[in-house]
Amino acid sequence: MRVSGNADRFLRQAGRALGVMRSVLREIFDESAYARFLERNKVESSRAAYAGFLRECEGIRARRTRCC
Amino acid sequence: MPKPVRALVWAGVAVLGALAVATIAFHRGEQINAMWLVIAAACSYALGYRFYSKFVAAKVLALDALRATPAERLENGRDFVRTNKWVVFGHHFAAIAGPGPLVGPVLAAQFGYLPGTVWILAGAVFAGCVQDFVILLFSVRRDGKSLTEMARDEIGKVGGFVAYLAVLSIIVILLGAVALIVVNALKSSPWATFTIAMTIPIAFLMGVYLRYLRPGKVLESSVLGFGLVLAAIFGGQWVAQEAELARYFTFSAPTLALMIIAYGFAASALPVWLLLAPRDYLSTFVKLGTIALLAVGIVAVRPLLHMPALTRFIDGTGPVFAGNVFPFAFITIACGAISGFHSLIASGTTPKLIARETQTRMVGYGAMAAESLVAIMATIAACVLQPGVYFAINSPAGIVGQAPEAAASTIRSWGFTVTAAEMSQLAHAVGEQTLFNRTGGAPAFAVGMASIFSDSLGGQVVMAIWYHFAIMFEALFILTILDAGTRVGRFMVQDALGHIWKPIGRTSWYPSIVATSALIAGAWGCFVWQGVRDPLGGINSLWPLFGISNQLLATVALCVATTIIIKMGRGRYAAVTLAPLLWLVTVTFTASYHKIWDANPRIGFLAHATQLAASGSSGGATARLIFNDRLDAGVTFALVVMVAVILVESALEWSRVWSGRQAAEVREAAFVTTRFAKEQG
Repeated sequence: MRVSGNADRFLRQAGRALGVMRSVLREIFDESAYARFLERNKVESSRAAYAGFLRECEGIRARRTRCC
Repeated sequence: MPKPVRALVWAGVAVLGALAVATIAFHRGEQINAMWLVIAAACSYALGYRFYSKFVAAKVLALDALRATPAERLENGRDFVRTNKWVVFGHHFAAIAGPGPLVGPVLAAQFGYLPGTVWILAGAVFAGCVQDFVILLFSVRRDGKSLTEMARDEIGKVGGFVAYLAVLSIIVILLGAVALIVVNALKSSPWATFTIAMTIPIAFLMGVYLRYLRPGKVLESSVLGFGLVLAAIFGGQWVAQEAELARYFTFSAPTLALMIIAYGFAASALPVWLLLAPRDYLSTFVKLGTIALLAVGIVAVRPLLHMPALTRFIDGTGPVFAGNVFPFAFITIACGAISGFHSLIASGTTPKLIARETQTRMVGYGAMAAESLVAIMATIAACVLQPGVYFAINSPAGIVGQAPEAAASTIRSWGFTVTAAEMSQLAHAVGEQTLFNRTGGAPAFAVGMASIFSDSLGGQVVMAIWYHFAIMFEALFILTILDAGTRVGRFMVQDALGHIWKPIGRTSWYPSIVATSALIAGAWGCFVWQGVRDPLGGINSLWPLFGISNQLLATVALCVATTIIIKMGRGRYAAVTLAPLLWLVTVTFTASYHKIWDANPRIGFLAHATQLAASGSSGGATARLIFNDRLDAGVTFALVVMVAVILVESALEWSRVWSGRQAAEVREAAFVTTRFAKEQG
């Protein structure tokens, strides 16, 4: 019983860690920002929507410093 | 965990850390295992984070979990977004991790593994992590303001203007220095040049895929791009073996320099979505994966360090770059210990994502500790090489000679074993024609990394693939910085010149885009050009110049931080930022003095110019070298004067507050209680 409880807890924690890692990657790669854009503008993902997203974040992304 | 058990665990961490540091510091004449460096680093960062950063958070900054952050108050779903702390941590780490922590420690390894390691550990725990943490918090408390805006508000208008000039100068010098590293890594190497050239059409393809085929699927396109880059690495091997094809991808350093300057200009003027954004995604994808792979490789192989703790070159006669261990080790390694550039990130995107003030500790202090660990891994990659091999790769032809036999013989005369045949065998193993005189740090890092990787996966058979993977990884990193940096510099120039003539400030007006892109690419291009023309390899003068400017920017950031701490009425704790500030002032001003006025022509720019003038050789080339030396001296002097102005202005501000002539007031956004007080974290 105890082993199964520990295994459950481990699986839950591993699942949570993977979820966080996925969120980190989605944020770094701007997928979350695009999802927020779609939600804010109440539109479905499409070429036109993505072009709008690129236009909106052009100024922000282009000014984003990259470290040495 | 009960308190006594916790105390016992931390005491164990402290004892283990002390044992590791003692092993690193006191072992002489025998090789030590690289794991001692990893253990010393892990324990130092854990203790620094648990105790020192907690002290700074509680006593100096008084972090307030109830205070709403700009991500909450100004949330707009675009740049101001409340974000999970681990997500912000990853985002911040991805932004601060660049080639700096990889290249600096490799170059500083000429002093042995000890000076670099000690500086990386102490510098990160007491200076770099603190700088990133406090600047991030102060920006959060000021609605995400940039460093230059905070300098203007808290120190004064002159301070703000000088900070702006300092930022622009460091961007230009940084781009010149890193571009030279790429040139040195690609020169006469058809394999590496082909692989890197292919990343440009791959980025275009990713841009088109993202925009037209699968809109918004960035991770998917990055995986696809990564697969294509791997194919390009294998393709590069084939290209290098076909003499007819190899010809088209074999270039001298000056030709590569011109190509990279043209690339920087084009990337700055092209639409972001087409080249800059996909390259950035691809570079980040490769960067995160490779850093993780290197960490796993080091732990799996647990290699021995062949480099001694200290080499004879601590006396300043080093072939990689000239100058004594003090101050030059401390400006050569910037990003792994303290980097002024981080303060731009910590006052850029990151403060707009922080959900709770208390999370600035984990993001600011923690991410810098992780970056510092990357620098430790780079030290290991350089020090696993036999010292003779390390010096053969990193020494310029002007010091050791062009011919392999002559170079090997010079290096043997320094007491390090190496033969021309051994170097030829190694070059063959990594798929290069030669590894002699491959200055800049990137090739040495790639050889070290390839040997660690091939020991853990694939053996000697795939050494060449791993080497070119490492070169691709570094060059991709650097080219991403070049295009992003040229564009950021362009915006800064457009913003400034727009005050004089409005049309030039319009960031969408094409003549302005072309003119300002050319200005910035031309400015850093001058430094690359002088680097490739320099018989001492260029890195000898450019990397110290970059190190000085980066650390001077850190000085500006620490001036701003100290001023704010004093104005917060916490002057009794000002030593937290004042001590690293004084250390950096000592280091950078001493290094600048040596770089300008040292009588040794290998160190002092002016002495080198005088030596050239006295050599009697006339002609355009000599005149150009003399001009370059004087330009470098002038740039260094101008940077020091700018920072001295900020220092004086800050000191006057501190004295006014301390003497009571000025009220201790900070310009923070008004306090608003968070709506998420009940949330954890």
